[in-house]
Amino acid sequence: MKIRIKFTKQGPVKFVGHLDIMRYFQKAMRRADIDIKYSEGFSPHQVMSFAAPLGVGLTSNGEYMDIEVHSMKDCDTIMKQLNDVMADGICVTECHCLNDDAKNAMSLVAAADYTVTFREGKAPADEKGFFEGLLTFKDQDHIMIVKKSKKGEREVDLKNLIYQLSVCDNKIFMKISSGSADNLKPELVMEAYDQWRGEASPEFAFCIQREEVYGNTGNEANPVLVPLGLIGESVE
Amino acid sequence: MKKLALSDEILLSIEKPARYIGNEVNMARKDTDSVDIRFGMCFPDVYEIGMSHLGMQILYDMFNRREDIYCERIFSPWTDLDKIMREKKIPLFALESQDPIKEFDFIGITIQYEMCYTNILQILDLGQIPLHACERQEGDPIIIGGGPCAYNPEPLADFFDMFYIGEGETVYFELMDRYKDNKKKGGSRREFLEMAAEIDGIYVPSFYDVLYHEDGTIKSMTPNNSHAKATVTKQLVVNMDDATYIEKPVVPFIKVTQDRVVLEIQRGCIRGCRFCQAGNVYRPMREHSLEYLKDYAYKLLKNTGHEEISLSSLSSSDYSELEGIVNFLIDEFKGKGVNVSLPSLRIDAFSLDVMSKVQDVRKSSLTFAPEAGSQRLRDVINKGLTEEIILKGAGEAFQGGWNRVKLYFMLGLPTETVEDMEGIAELSEKVAEIYYEIPKDQRNGKVQVIASSSFFVPKPFTPFQWARMNTKDEFLQKAYLVKDKFRTMLNQKSLKYNYHEADLTVLEGVLARGDRKISALIEEVYKNGALYDSWSEHFKNDVWLKAFETCGLDSDFYTVRERSLDEIFPWDFINAGVSKEFLKREWQNAIDEKVTPNCRMQCIGCGAKSFEGGVCYENQN
Ligand code: SF4
Repeated sequence: MKIRIKFTKQGPVKFVGHLDIMRYFQKAMRRADIDIKYSEGFSPHQVMSFAAPLGVGLTSNGEYMDIEVHSMKDCDTIMKQLNDVMADGICVTECHCLNDDAKNAMSLVAAADYTVTFREGKAPADEKGFFEGLLTFKDQDHIMIVKKSKKGEREVDLKNLIYQLSVCDNKIFMKISSGSADNLKPELVMEAYDQWRGEASPEFAFCIQREEVYGNTGNEANPVLVPLGLIGESVE
Repeated sequence: MKKLALSDEILLSIEKPARYIGNEVNMARKDTDSVDIRFGMCFPDVYEIGMSHLGMQILYDMFNRREDIYCERIFSPWTDLDKIMREKKIPLFALESQDPIKEFDFIGITIQYEMCYTNILQILDLGQIPLHACERQEGDPIIIGGGPCAYNPEPLADFFDMFYIGEGETVYFELMDRYKDNKKKGGSRREFLEMAAEIDGIYVPSFYDVLYHEDGTIKSMTPNNSHAKATVTKQLVVNMDDATYIEKPVVPFIKVTQDRVVLEIQRGCIRGCRFCQAGNVYRPMREHSLEYLKDYAYKLLKNTGHEEISLSSLSSSDYSELEGIVNFLIDEFKGKGVNVSLPSLRIDAFSLDVMSKVQDVRKSSLTFAPEAGSQRLRDVINKGLTEEIILKGAGEAFQGGWNRVKLYFMLGLPTETVEDMEGIAELSEKVAEIYYEIPKDQRNGKVQVIASSSFFVPKPFTPFQWARMNTKDEFLQKAYLVKDKFRTMLNQKSLKYNYHEADLTVLEGVLARGDRKISALIEEVYKNGALYDSWSEHFKNDVWLKAFETCGLDSDFYTVRERSLDEIFPWDFINAGVSKEFLKREWQNAIDEKVTPNCRMQCIGCGAKSFEGGVCYENQN
């Protein structure tokens, strides 16, 4: 049986990297007595995969992972079993049974929501001006950024990768492209804005939080973004 | 959630920030205002090393069972954070509460190896606690040292208020109770030290005066305070099943060296290898019952979710219920996503059989520790492993599909000759030859024999405590000789030889048998930037060499000097169980190349029987 689990990553655990979060959940499955499936061989691995790695230092309200189990009572029980053995800051908020042919979360990822705020003491003097500028920046026909890599510099247009960008209560909200094809990081959007306005934000200026991860149930031309928790769910 | 001691900016600019955030599963959480004693348990190395140490986990669990004590963990900040903490004057903090350790009542430092001594000073220094015990005031924490290196605490005497000699499970609570009593009645720091000095196993260095002969050796060591005992007796758990074990070990977020459940099956060793300090100071050997271990195996796996379980002891093959525990682990956990990893067992039919069940034969290697290259020298060190046993074991293993063998040796053992050294290459060659006796179509490719040698360091409370250690040049010459011999072997393409760092070994030798004068040396090297000496990339030999000069100390005095049988050693005030008479006898037996039977064959009266338990009383009820 395939199961999709949604969880949060808040507080100090934001400093735990993606690989260690995977290890953390492998141990958590055992502590919670989840009847998870293992691969064959001398060192069997749990059948478990994560939707999208989260960078060190980012918090999240919308992380997803898929597991396969041999048996289970129901989704609420799995949620309770896991939440009884979680570390502070990691909380399972949803659990869904998937159809057997459901695609795994990782291959579905198309977009993600982020909120961006200034870290304490890092906001610019003209905070209002900063946010107004950001909206002007977003409304351009092309949103260009110079990307530096080992091969040299290259200009990229982010316009089609930013689905939504707004400001409310000194909080930036963005819905941007994510996943294996066009992965846009929120940090890069802020960097593009810095390049555009010709002013660098101080190091570690932003607190970034992932809010949700989406799959696309439409097509490329007319995307229909649906939270991963609602895709492939089996209805019993 | 409590605020972290370090800001996001700092945590995001250093390596592995999760070393410093605490909050792991099973971490002890307490209200710091409602406890009487705050105890900082420190392992003076980086988080991944410290978190792998079983003893610290046992004591952490033990202390936190008491409601009036909050025991928290302290590790050395890695060099990147060390630099930032110095620049910004951030006080060292404990992981649980993230509070500065200078606010604590006790800092207990476990001292597992000599080359961590500079890290101890780092802990105190970053902790903003005076380095010298004599400079500490009423409000400063009591600094207490323990662990194997506390069997010669003298090189660290200046920095510690007290040492706990022996196993931690026995008198710590008594010590804590006296501390509470003293606090309640408004007693001073000194009054507490005097109360502590009366407890068996507690050594307060400032209560002793040491006088020296003109040649630098010790003339006398005598208490200068009526509360201090002339002899401090090591503490040990007599009945292992009575001692508390860990039920809920902290589960690190990051991968640590020992990322598994560890079951301690026994303490001590019956073998009596003459170079081995652990085998002597943990005498007598005491076992856990099979039922006790089974119970903990379930609990620990359930509470941690670890994917691996392993056994710990000095010599697992001597555990009387070995088959029982190994079969239990395999039957119970194998196939349930839990790997069973076995410690190095004596290679025989049983161990080969179980090893083939728990590991992929083609990917794993076999380990033998002959320690010396010839039977003569193995008799000198009382290592009961013969060439015949090794070759037989290797042969059986090769038949079973193994094709990789590791052999461990020491260079610089007492009485060592050229033949003994060449024997290292010859024994390795013989192992390879056994492999090639198997018909070609039945073997599994080439064989790989990897021989490694470390350099021998004489340790206190061993029969070799009188031994002269080799100089760095002697060590290296010996290693070159062995290397050359390997080049002449027929199967040299299947053989590999490695040897350890010699500079580090010499310093280890100085610290291992050092006296109080060495405190100044440790402080001098620390002030000149030595830190993480056990990490070869950070080890600064030149700083150490210069400090010997600055402090007017001669490293040869501690290493290559011949010691007479009646010399008073810095650690002689400790009663570790094994008597000095026994050690002298064994030293003579070594020179005479005489083998001594193990405790189960025949008791040879080492002195440890006085603890009234363990192997000395086996089959006697
Ligand atoms: S007293 Fe005898 S049996 Fe006991 S540890 Fe010593 S040698 Fe072994």
